[in-house]
Amino acid sequence: MPRSLIAWLQVTPLSLILMGFLVAPIIMIVIVSFWGATEFSIYPAFQFDNYEFLFGSPVTYKVFLATFKYALITWAFTLVIGFTVAYFLAFHIRSQPIQIALFLLCTIPFWTSNIIRMISWIPFLGRNGIANQTLISWGVIDAPLDWLLYSDFSVILAFVHLYTLFMVVPIFNTMMRIDKSLLEAARDGGASGFQTLRHVIIPLTKPGIMIGTIFVVTLVMGDFITVRFMSGSQKANVGRLISNDIALLQYPSAAATAVVLLCTVLIVIAILMRFVNIRKEL
Amino acid sequence: MRTGYDLELVHLTKRYGDTVAVRDLNYVFSAGSYVCLLGPSGCGKSSTLRMIAGHESVSDGSIVLDGQDVSYLPPAKRGTAMMFQSYALFPHLTVRDNVGFSLRMKGVDKPTRDAKANELLELVDMGEYADRLPAQLSGGQQQRVALARALITEPKVLLLDEPLSALDPFLRVRMRSELKRLQRELGITFIHVTHGQDEALALADQMVVMNNAVIEQAGPAREVFNAPRTEFVARFMGGHNVISFNGAKVALRADEVRLGATGLAATVAGVEYQGAHVALTAMTEAGEEVLALVPEAKFFNSPKNPGDAVNLAWDEGRLHRLQA
Repeated sequence: MPRSLIAWLQVTPLSLILMGFLVAPIIMIVIVSFWGATEFSIYPAFQFDNYEFLFGSPVTYKVFLATFKYALITWAFTLVIGFTVAYFLAFHIRSQPIQIALFLLCTIPFWTSNIIRMISWIPFLGRNGIANQTLISWGVIDAPLDWLLYSDFSVILAFVHLYTLFMVVPIFNTMMRIDKSLLEAARDGGASGFQTLRHVIIPLTKPGIMIGTIFVVTLVMGDFITVRFMSGSQKANVGRLISNDIALLQYPSAAATAVVLLCTVLIVIAILMRFVNIRKEL
Repeated sequence: MRTGYDLELVHLTKRYGDTVAVRDLNYVFSAGSYVCLLGPSGCGKSSTLRMIAGHESVSDGSIVLDGQDVSYLPPAKRGTAMMFQSYALFPHLTVRDNVGFSLRMKGVDKPTRDAKANELLELVDMGEYADRLPAQLSGGQQQRVALARALITEPKVLLLDEPLSALDPFLRVRMRSELKRLQRELGITFIHVTHGQDEALALADQMVVMNNAVIEQAGPAREVFNAPRTEFVARFMGGHNVISFNGAKVALRADEVRLGATGLAATVAGVEYQGAHVALTAMTEAGEEVLALVPEAKFFNSPKNPGDAVNLAWDEGRLHRLQA
């Protein structure tokens, strides 16, 4: 068999899977986003009504802004926590078995479903929940805090809880590849612990940070269930916009919003990739 | 004679749990000398170096540099600089920024530290590579950069951890003459850890042979080679035979062994042509292996084959009694 034919055969299975499960659905969504809809029907067409409505509505901008806000704040928290945890695991734990054990410990909560992990916050944060009762019994507050649950606070708390691991894993992975003698070389050159962090560890961890960032940003921007549960349906993001449209059987409108969201996320990633070359990490 | 900048180890000990890596070392490295710490892997030479550098804590004893106890000072405050085995260049920094790293940590402004870095890079002949990243350099070039980076701190003692082991043999020989040249020009102490005796012989003013966490023998390179104190040193330095003679162990240099008409009867076990010499291994009747380095012209006048009977001779005065 000629070599080129073998090469084509080798790429065929993956190409078929990607075509069937990634490219085709996206094309479908793009096509449907140009369709028309009435209160009770959808009809094939090629019109820009959905996009016109989307870009003409102030709600869209508010919701996109809220989505960016969630993404940005969640990113900041997961980055700080994820970096710290990864740093601790990679540089402070000397023995490899303990390192592996602690790393597994980080992943164990991920064996339960996202939804269960997020709704388990509800009894904790509620008006008469554990958090409020404890704070009252300690005398820190007199009346229960209302903003603990069904607020931006609880949404972001759940996001951070759910997605920090996606920051820990790539950062830890990159850190483990840093030659430990580099840290000694930095120390030999008179760098303090903080200077080593700033001038050696952080620059060398950038690719891992970037991969974690892409994970977290895409997950948060595409999420709708966390926002719905943790805000008691009082807050909105783009995902909820789409899910509401779908609930109302407004598929063309949902598809148009999805296309805009997809483009937004792709632009964000494209911008991120310009800062850091992650290719050598893959 | 004791002068300034002497580096002294006083009862220096390193323990890892119950194992002793370095046991009660006492030694004075005189200033401005090229010292090789020589020994097989696991003998404690690297631990010793890393303790001097400050990258390994001292379990017991102390390290005195220039009259000051530096045992508990951080690496950069000791007046030592270390060159790492894998060079440990920062992959994200250019050659110039690598060399200027320690100045940057001190808060020296960029023009000053760049000028200084360029100066050091000229010293190691790497001036034209200043803007490259370490990954764009060959092993030998990386090593020069690592050297420049260590020297920019103006150390009193430069510590080199197996600096040549990552290079190919040809480059190794070239780099070692370069190291020697630099050391002479700078006039500072170089402490060079190696497990290669040829490297140590080629470089060292002073040689410290270590085994099992202690110093077996120390002294000028020629003295150590010509008068090994123990069987271990004789065997490790190579070029020596250790044989029993009148009930004691003696060392005999392989190039002092002649094939004669009379002498110790032996059977040839192996013949290896080495260019200038032929290495002939012979088994004596006592079952001891003796290596003879015979000049090749002499050997081929009357060639020997494995299994032939030969007589091994040497001048009595060349036998060197071993203490252990």
